[in-house]
Amino acid sequence: MSIELKVNGRSHTVDVDPATPLLYVLSDDLGVRGPKFGCGLGQCGACTVILRGRAIRSCVTPVSSAANGDITTLEGLGTAEKPHPIQRAFIDEQAAQCGFCLNGVILTAKAFLDQNPNATDAEIRQAMSGVLCRCFAHVRMFRAIRRYAARLSPGKNVGPPALIPDVCSTERAV
Amino acid sequence: MRLTPDARAALTRAGFSRREFLKDSGAFVVGFSGFSGFSGAGLADELGLAPGVMSPILAQPPRAADGQLDSWIAVGADGIVTAYTGKCELGQGMQTAQIQLIAEELGIPVGRVRLIQCDTSMTPDQGTTSGSQSHPTNFNERNLARAGASAREALVRLAAARLGVAADQLTVADGVVSVKQDASKKVTYGDLVGGRKFSVPMSPKAPRRPAREWTVLGTSVPRVDMPAMVTGELEYVHNVRVPGMLHGAVVRPPEVGATLVGVDERSVLALPGVVKVVVRKNFLGVVAEKPWQAMQAASTLKATWAPGVGLPGQASFYDYLRSQPSRDSLVVNSGDVDQTLRGGVTTMKATYFHPYQMHGSMGSSCAVADVKSGSATIWSSSQAVFGLRSAAATMLGLKTEDVRVVFARGSGCYGINGADTVSYDAALLSQAVGRPVRVQLSRRDEMAWENYGFAYVIDQRVGLDARGTIVAWDHESWSPTLGGRPGSNTPGNVVTGMLAGFQPAAFAPRTPAPEPAGGFNNGSNAAPSYVRGRVDGAAGGTGTIASERVLTHTIRSPFFTGPLRSPSRLQNTFAHESFMDEIAARVKADPVAYRLRHLSDPRLKDVVSAAATAAKWQPRPSPRPNLSRSGVASGRGIACVLYEGDNGYCALVAEVDVDQSTGRISVTRFVASQDCGPISTPDGMKNQIEGGALQGMSRALGEEVTWDGTKVTSVDWRTYRSLTLGADVPTIESVLIDRRDAEAMGAGETTITLVAAAIGNAIFDATGARIRQVPFTPDRVKAAIAARASV
Ligand code: FES
Ligand code: FES
Repeated sequence: MSIELKVNGRSHTVDVDPATPLLYVLSDDLGVRGPKFGCGLGQCGACTVILRGRAIRSCVTPVSSAANGDITTLEGLGTAEKPHPIQRAFIDEQAAQCGFCLNGVILTAKAFLDQNPNATDAEIRQAMSGVLCRCFAHVRMFRAIRRYAARLSPGKNVGPPALIPDVCSTERAV
Repeated sequence: MRLTPDARAALTRAGFSRREFLKDSGAFVVGFSGFSGFSGAGLADELGLAPGVMSPILAQPPRAADGQLDSWIAVGADGIVTAYTGKCELGQGMQTAQIQLIAEELGIPVGRVRLIQCDTSMTPDQGTTSGSQSHPTNFNERNLARAGASAREALVRLAAARLGVAADQLTVADGVVSVKQDASKKVTYGDLVGGRKFSVPMSPKAPRRPAREWTVLGTSVPRVDMPAMVTGELEYVHNVRVPGMLHGAVVRPPEVGATLVGVDERSVLALPGVVKVVVRKNFLGVVAEKPWQAMQAASTLKATWAPGVGLPGQASFYDYLRSQPSRDSLVVNSGDVDQTLRGGVTTMKATYFHPYQMHGSMGSSCAVADVKSGSATIWSSSQAVFGLRSAAATMLGLKTEDVRVVFARGSGCYGINGADTVSYDAALLSQAVGRPVRVQLSRRDEMAWENYGFAYVIDQRVGLDARGTIVAWDHESWSPTLGGRPGSNTPGNVVTGMLAGFQPAAFAPRTPAPEPAGGFNNGSNAAPSYVRGRVDGAAGGTGTIASERVLTHTIRSPFFTGPLRSPSRLQNTFAHESFMDEIAARVKADPVAYRLRHLSDPRLKDVVSAAATAAKWQPRPSPRPNLSRSGVASGRGIACVLYEGDNGYCALVAEVDVDQSTGRISVTRFVASQDCGPISTPDGMKNQIEGGALQGMSRALGEEVTWDGTKVTSVDWRTYRSLTLGADVPTIESVLIDRRDAEAMGAGETTITLVAAAIGNAIFDATGARIRQVPFTPDRVKAAIAARASV
């Protein structure tokens, strides 16, 4: 069946079984790299894309239900040369190890904060509660998310003690 | 001129940006041969070049002989330095750190270094990227560091000849060699060797850059791969696509040990896209045009399996371990432990339990294989490309030299996840259909069949003299093992190899254990930090206790096992550091002071003191005074280790809140101090400390492989619990001790080794309840609280 998809502003027509999860169509028919297969069960977030403004899990979303909707993937935000502010925040915080989870982490946080710019730390945490990072770069990731939140809502008093108090670290030369 | 994503990928894989490639095809000869996914003509078209220009570069350059500088380093005409390494990026930052190393040794900016990682056709065989060995191996006197020093020396020598001055009159900056007295006399690296070979052996005497003069190493250079990661541009092995590629899915047995009786191929052949059903002994898979089709076919395929072997009950598994034939080893044995323990001392004993845990990579494992009649290429995120090459050759019936394995980035692995086994899956399926095949495992197949981290049961016993000093330490452990890394010739060490008919490494029971010999080796941290470690007359340990015995029993495991971040070291250290805390409490000593009293190694003492100071540790015995027996109680605990006996000093303080009615633990703060010699990248080290602390916390509080009578039942993120990004996480403070004159040690596994013990000790401090079994689930915490002595 022929289906129209609008991915990162570009239109594509794909001829696939309409029950195929959107993730496979993005990765294999369109060669999009951002969304990743982590679990295929809707449990980890790795396959997240933004569809009609909401973060959805493309591994459990039939491609047919994404037809004609605007889909944004991680590479649709910015590029290595010109990263989106939330991507910039992750670079500034060096907030990753292997990076495999980043797609889910960044897109889930972005979709949530864009709609809830004044969210509290507890609300952000709630929004992130279905997203995994098995390298456990949690501390840095939350710093990056808060950095982006502060940008969206400059008037908001984001510190001090918040979700993750700043990490203190000392280097001693011996 | 537009590049396809795949062409761009090939360039990235080879370490080039598109612009550099187009501008400088000279250096391309080296870099681009990392890519063999397209025909020369096709790629040339894509690049807008005449095919003739492209074809030669797709030939693989021969790897220079070991010991030759050219096997490690090449300098392009543009001055870009390409380094070849056998240690790869796993998410731990090793790509950036190695680039820093080369930039430092050669006096060039990091932006002018390219790193080719782990390709059996191009890079040196450096074994496995594992065991916190990349720093010891490549940052000390040998290997990549030596290559950097040798290259600088060779370049200066060439410059001396070119400029007609003595080498000691020259100085190097920014890839330019110039005369100290007359800066106008100079020559660039590119002019000196650009594009040609050095053709010299590695120089054993070439001076390294002294750590005290470092300008690139020792600084927090941002990860070079970070921008590509956060924007989705980075190519993982999951994104590798080659022309003509099909997709495979595997069908694993329904039970452990089940064997394949029959397959009804017709049950799927009519499904869309299905190309072939592949059977090899008990290995079963389906190949289709598209991944979704392959997965649909795999789940529809009708296969008949004979029942499995049955599994020992999980509830009594730790007793089961004690009752099996075992392979016994002594790490240390002073010969007088029983005597000391009988000799009028106070004795204490306790038993600790640790479950099987899994790597549980974020992305299930994936590989692409292209097996032809006489050769094969495999793209894999394996930590051991050379081991995979020879073991895959064995399985495919090919000659080792006809197999090429190219490392591609994976999801963080933390040890042997499914990366090796899925490489065999792809290879078997590709061989069967004669076309390239990509396989990504399902979540269930990843989790049900990976090589788990070892379960352990550990008995500890000590004797105390009248002053409360430990005079004898007796350690005995039981741990199951099966398979592991396939090494160079044991594909049966992972599930695909075994299903295809290869045996795991043989298990040979041995009792009694031979006496220890060949020096003290505490590579698995089986001996506690507090013993002398006297073997063959020399004390190699970090402590003071002279009467010492460490006896280990290895048992054949019903499940595959393998290294999982801090393998055995974590389990042993949990038992040692928890027990040390119990002893300190018994003699009413402060846990920090009591540790220091039994340690002899000054660097280990230093990290303990540094962590205590940073945590503002109040000296007093545990548990805390005025315990309340209900409500939320707070406490602190400490643990320390010299990882592997010689590879990284670390101490960790944990602070916790324990809800005594629910048994829920909330860790509120970690303070880690670490000494791994000279620090290459301080922020990279912090990242490892933070990730290790939280991964350790997830493992300590909730992770446990479970099974029923026939099969593993922890097969997804509902049945195997990992802390999510919504979890409460503690603050993590790190004290990095930078010893510029010491040898470089590993930093990836130190912190995680200590987490369970530090948290368990903090729970005891808070409540007076000792918890001796990981994970510390609410039920276990409540049971420990119910069982605590009246205080
Ligand atoms: S891959 Fe979709 S939620 Fe895990
Ligand atoms: S950075 Fe590796 S899974 Fe998050």
